[in-house]
Amino acid sequence: MSLLELNSITKSFGAIHALQGVDLEVSAGEAVGLMGDNGAGKSTLMKIIAGNFPPTEGAIRIEGNEVTFSQPLDAREAGIEIVYQDLALCDNLTAAANVFLGREAKKRIGPFKMLDYKTMYQKSGELFAELKSETRPRDLVRQMSGGQRQAVAIARTRLSDPKLVLMDEPTAAISVRQVAEVLALIKRLKETGHAVILVSHRMPDVFEVCDRVAVLRRGTKVADKRIDETSPEEVTGLITGAIAAA
Amino acid sequence: MTDQTHDQASHAEIDESITSRQEVSGFAAILRTQPFWVFMAILTLGVVMSFVSDVFFTERNMFNITRNFAFFGIMALGMSAVICTAGIDLSVGSLVGLTGIVTGLIMQAGYGIELGFIGCMLTAAAVGLVNGILIAYLKMPPFVVTLGMMSIVVSLARVVSDNKMIYDFGPDMDLFEWIGGESVMGVPNVVWIMIVLTAVFWWVWRYSTWGRWVIAIGGNAQAAKLSGIPVERMIVSVYVVCSLCAGLAAFLFVGYTGSVTNGMGFTWELTVIAATVIGGANLMGGIVFALGAPIGAALIELIRNSLLLAGIPAMWQQFFVGLFLIIAVLLEQIRNRGGK
Repeated sequence: MSLLELNSITKSFGAIHALQGVDLEVSAGEAVGLMGDNGAGKSTLMKIIAGNFPPTEGAIRIEGNEVTFSQPLDAREAGIEIVYQDLALCDNLTAAANVFLGREAKKRIGPFKMLDYKTMYQKSGELFAELKSETRPRDLVRQMSGGQRQAVAIARTRLSDPKLVLMDEPTAAISVRQVAEVLALIKRLKETGHAVILVSHRMPDVFEVCDRVAVLRRGTKVADKRIDETSPEEVTGLITGAIAAA
Repeated sequence: MTDQTHDQASHAEIDESITSRQEVSGFAAILRTQPFWVFMAILTLGVVMSFVSDVFFTERNMFNITRNFAFFGIMALGMSAVICTAGIDLSVGSLVGLTGIVTGLIMQAGYGIELGFIGCMLTAAAVGLVNGILIAYLKMPPFVVTLGMMSIVVSLARVVSDNKMIYDFGPDMDLFEWIGGESVMGVPNVVWIMIVLTAVFWWVWRYSTWGRWVIAIGGNAQAAKLSGIPVERMIVSVYVVCSLCAGLAAFLFVGYTGSVTNGMGFTWELTVIAATVIGGANLMGGIVFALGAPIGAALIELIRNSLLLAGIPAMWQQFFVGLFLIIAVLLEQIRNRGGK
């Protein structure tokens, strides 16, 4: 059984059909690359899975149960965590504070509940260690490199041990060495049984970490193939429309 | 790493020493904060003034200085919260007038100090609530909303007071004037209240979820929203807190002066905002120091007092307050550029 199953998802904004009857399945421990040109419908599909808005038609199933999301929190509660393209981090807070943002660890002293710094530093330290990242929990995000910032955003998704991690262009704006770090993080997610959907423009990244690649063009899915059965050339052809479908 | 100075972690296990590493260690972090440097400026000014004037270090003068800045310090604590969310509240000055009048009217009518206080705080909360709702839910710019509110509140104060001064506060008048004007153990009551409030805010900013979320909203409101923080409700609460601080300051100030007119507090918002910014708040949001509010207010009062004692005409006061405000922001910018 698939972890996430999208059934003929259609999304219309007035007369514009952003998505038309898109099916997609992702299993646990699997990474699927979602590719397509600008305006192909990647972001729209992402936002539907993330709960930013509902599809016009079609169904979302998680482990076989149909779900409806009316806000991003619903998706999070259903086990879907998102790493946004801009990472959605608070620069003025520490790495640990960002990991725990919105679900801070607390301890009780008498009638007062207070933030439990020790637990938060320790737990986020463990998460960074699991990701083999040298990010330090007490550092301000403002002072961090692109790769470390990615690690914070990814560590945050792991706090709740989600089923699916959605990543939007995680390697778009960082240096080559940091890209390697992020790809290693994605592999770690797969090894620990998480499903990953990777939205990316970068062909080499998708081919390095993904098991399957799905290609969107003008709101429809034109291909969904195993990585070892396709090639960057074919995917490029599918994205641009040089190859109609595969 | 620049970790030689951290002393407590050196005995802990290796694990802990790794997670506790940070770019800037404890003492160096304090050195980087604006309140620290403003505090240094206060000490320097104090030392200079002790040579310039014999009166400066007298108990009487210290008493006056601390009492005078306590009112602004209390208001600046609330303003810090608003500015931390990248907002601004221009209505606090006029609100001092309105809440003062409301307190006066209730007590003049003989309802006692408890109801006077409750009426004062409810009025403040209502104004903060309207500000917050317009800003958070209708997404209106804080500057415009609170500018409008400033005008509305000034007008309301005039209407409610019928343009009359109130100096009779009914049966609880003595207690009322004691709270605002007297002292305990040689320290003015308002200063005690400011100290307690500062401690409370210090705790709130460091240890409460509310404080953490307000700081997060100031850093990246979008990210806070995506993390499930109820951003709109938080922003409303921040404006209510700011207004409550203004209401409290008004309650104390009326007790201190023993009379209230509807013009009381007019243009105080400028001093309060200046104190907050001098104390290290950043108008772009995301930075807050509980200690910054009283320290900023203290510096402003100290400048005022020093000029007076040094025999410089009072006309120059605003000049130096403005000068320090600009220097404070300039220093912060220079430090930020260096520290990045």
